[in-house]
Amino acid sequence: MNPVRKRRLIITLLILGAVAIATGLSVFALQQNMTYLYSPTEVDAGKAPHHGQFRLGGIVKEGSIHRVPGSLTTDFVITDRFQNIPVQYTGILPDLFRVGQSTITTGKMENGTFVATTVLAKHDETYMPPQVEQAIVKAREENRIPKTAQGGGAP
Amino acid sequence: MNPELGQIALILALLLSGLQCVLPIVGAWRGSKPLMATAPMLAVGQGVFVALAFGILMWSFWINDFSVAYVAQNSNLDLPWFYKLSAVWGAHEGSLLLWMLILNLWTVALVAVLGNRLPQAFFARVVGVLGFVAFGFLLYMITTSNPFLRLFPVPANGADLNPVLQDPGLVFHPPTLYMGYVGFSVAFAFAIAALLGGELKSTWVRWARPWTNVAWGFLTLGIVAGSAWAYYELGWGGWWFWDPVENASFMPWLIGAALIHAQAITDKRDGLRAWTLLLSIFGFAFSLLGTFLVRSGLLTSVHAFAFAPSRGIFILVYLAVVIGGSLLLYALRAPKVTGGKSFALASRETLMVIGNLMLTVACAMVLLGTLYPLVGEALNIGRISVGPPYFGPLFMILMTPLVLALPFGPLSHWGKADLKVWTRALVRIVALAVAAGIIGFVLGARTFLELLGITASVWVMAGVAMFALKRWREAPRGKRYPFEMLGMMLAHFGIGVFIAGAILTRSMSVEQDVSMKPGSNVQVGSYDFHFNGVTDTPGPNYHAQQGTVIVSRNGRQVVVLHPQKRTYAGGQVQTEAAIQAGVFRDLYVSLGDPIGDDAWSLRVYDKPFVRWIWGGGVLMMLGGFAVVLDRRFRLKKVREPEAAGTQPDTGAPRKLAEGQT
Repeated sequence: MNPVRKRRLIITLLILGAVAIATGLSVFALQQNMTYLYSPTEVDAGKAPHHGQFRLGGIVKEGSIHRVPGSLTTDFVITDRFQNIPVQYTGILPDLFRVGQSTITTGKMENGTFVATTVLAKHDETYMPPQVEQAIVKAREENRIPKTAQGGGAP
Repeated sequence: MNPELGQIALILALLLSGLQCVLPIVGAWRGSKPLMATAPMLAVGQGVFVALAFGILMWSFWINDFSVAYVAQNSNLDLPWFYKLSAVWGAHEGSLLLWMLILNLWTVALVAVLGNRLPQAFFARVVGVLGFVAFGFLLYMITTSNPFLRLFPVPANGADLNPVLQDPGLVFHPPTLYMGYVGFSVAFAFAIAALLGGELKSTWVRWARPWTNVAWGFLTLGIVAGSAWAYYELGWGGWWFWDPVENASFMPWLIGAALIHAQAITDKRDGLRAWTLLLSIFGFAFSLLGTFLVRSGLLTSVHAFAFAPSRGIFILVYLAVVIGGSLLLYALRAPKVTGGKSFALASRETLMVIGNLMLTVACAMVLLGTLYPLVGEALNIGRISVGPPYFGPLFMILMTPLVLALPFGPLSHWGKADLKVWTRALVRIVALAVAAGIIGFVLGARTFLELLGITASVWVMAGVAMFALKRWREAPRGKRYPFEMLGMMLAHFGIGVFIAGAILTRSMSVEQDVSMKPGSNVQVGSYDFHFNGVTDTPGPNYHAQQGTVIVSRNGRQVVVLHPQKRTYAGGQVQTEAAIQAGVFRDLYVSLGDPIGDDAWSLRVYDKPFVRWIWGGGVLMMLGGFAVVLDRRFRLKKVREPEAAGTQPDTGAPRKLAEGQT
């Protein structure tokens, strides 16, 4: 084999090797680090992991926010108008967290309560995560939400 | 001024861009000088009309013309004037107009700088390709996202700009980011023009290099501005979240960094021609993909606007046409224009190829993680999110070879193997990095991450220092550090600074969420935070609850911080963190909620070295800009008098006769 070819072969092999390793790592890391989003209905039906971490999406139920006095712990209920899941979170809640706000929480189930490690509320008020929107649309079709329950947006 | 005039200006710009796409390229193809000569005129004309449209929209904001729906949705009588003006790009339609304006800025700059310095046919093709890009975006704006739509009845006041956007970040972040995004269109246009024209030499790469460097510099600045903005405005004190939209800007950055190096190899050594072409195409493709991801609302993110399916589909089709068409052209024409020299295994080229490889693989990794949730949803696997645990470790793994190789690139020779140079450099760099690690240990660094941050950072910086020393000794006075080299050194040093910032912030930060009553104290790190309660403070268009926190260390007062919780007219609440910024540490306090008995929840952070992250970014940006000043890129006016008909003698590429294709 002439030197030029040999060099090209080595470089090609290096590239292929690097790409193979990177692909392997990526796929492995993806499998380890995906978190699935579930609606309260799906959680109630037992579709969510019983021990592992997942994301729970829905809206904050009216009148469900309770602070544990003197601490940073807050209890509230996430609903998709079909099922309710109690959530407990310790820490500072985002600015837009309030009743009726679409929210995504990450955490795991412990004794029937979803213990959240992060709580996200959408910053753009007129915007709703597509996943939550679908559930709400479904609920509205079945007349579970009064029309006024939805917050106002841009004119 | 009448908003309809803006609409008309946009339509005229669309027509001109259509002509700009067709006439110069046909002219270059038929060898018609009059047709080719239309290129600069059409480009400037289009630029004038887009600037006019932009000016009219800005004017509508300035005079509070709420009869324009876009103004009514994004402005308010009480909005301070600088936010009124930057609200122009505060939402979908206006940000597209900004995108267009910046594309025209680049095109007009190209006309001004290179208009009579490049071979006419090549230049005509470049302008034609940019015309095509502009045509697609203008068509998109006019059909789906018209910023000049009227609103009846006219509301008395506007709905106000989203409070998150009422920040100096809005003034700087989108324009600089778009300067970067759109700037890659120039490298793209050069590559497509080279493919169209079948350029046999790779001289065009030298013409393209300064533009790529400037675009990458702006993109770096835009990302830095966005990261700093998220750091203080979102109130979480994080600087990078691997959010889909951050990823969308990071992917073209990675490709751009690879492209800068690939172009250097092609320019100087005439190697990697095919790779440079491919990266030029992908750099711009990722810019378009980024725009698509951000603007389509497909991904859940801070930046996602309400979803309109027609918008998403249009960009998707446009993306498919641009990327598919370019790659098809590449497949057809690349064999003609590629070739070039090969190089020895231990040469500088090899190291740069390794760097290129790691950057592109990292980009692929980010792409996979960003798009996987979309794919998962489409295939009904479930609603998935891929977060920092995926991106963070993988990115570190992929960047390790790059960081390890980085100091040796500049120290080794072009084209030939010299293992002796490597071993000598290796010994010194290892010695310096280990010494830095020991010093760090003595100063109190104990964890693995802290020591890793220090050694990795010094590893990179030592390489730059050794290179500077080598040039000082070997090169004649006055030629020691040409701008191209200076840019490289600045950017590489910036990487060292960035590594120190990223790793040390991560390992040394102390972050606490606490509940505090007025008069109470909390100890975070070596600092004492004393909470003095919350008072009401009015603002121009909001009402704020302002906390007072006195920070002291060893009994001596360091600073008084005033974090705010602002309530805007529309009822939106926005937390404003108070930050004492410093070279070695940031002290960061943000207000949570009142939790009864006058007590508030507070977020109190001590974040060492966080500024180094952005400092590193700014150095990289300066590096990108410095390169442009190099003498290497100064072009003489090469356009010969039309009658002469001979090839310019400055090494401009020979064209393939069109009949041969």
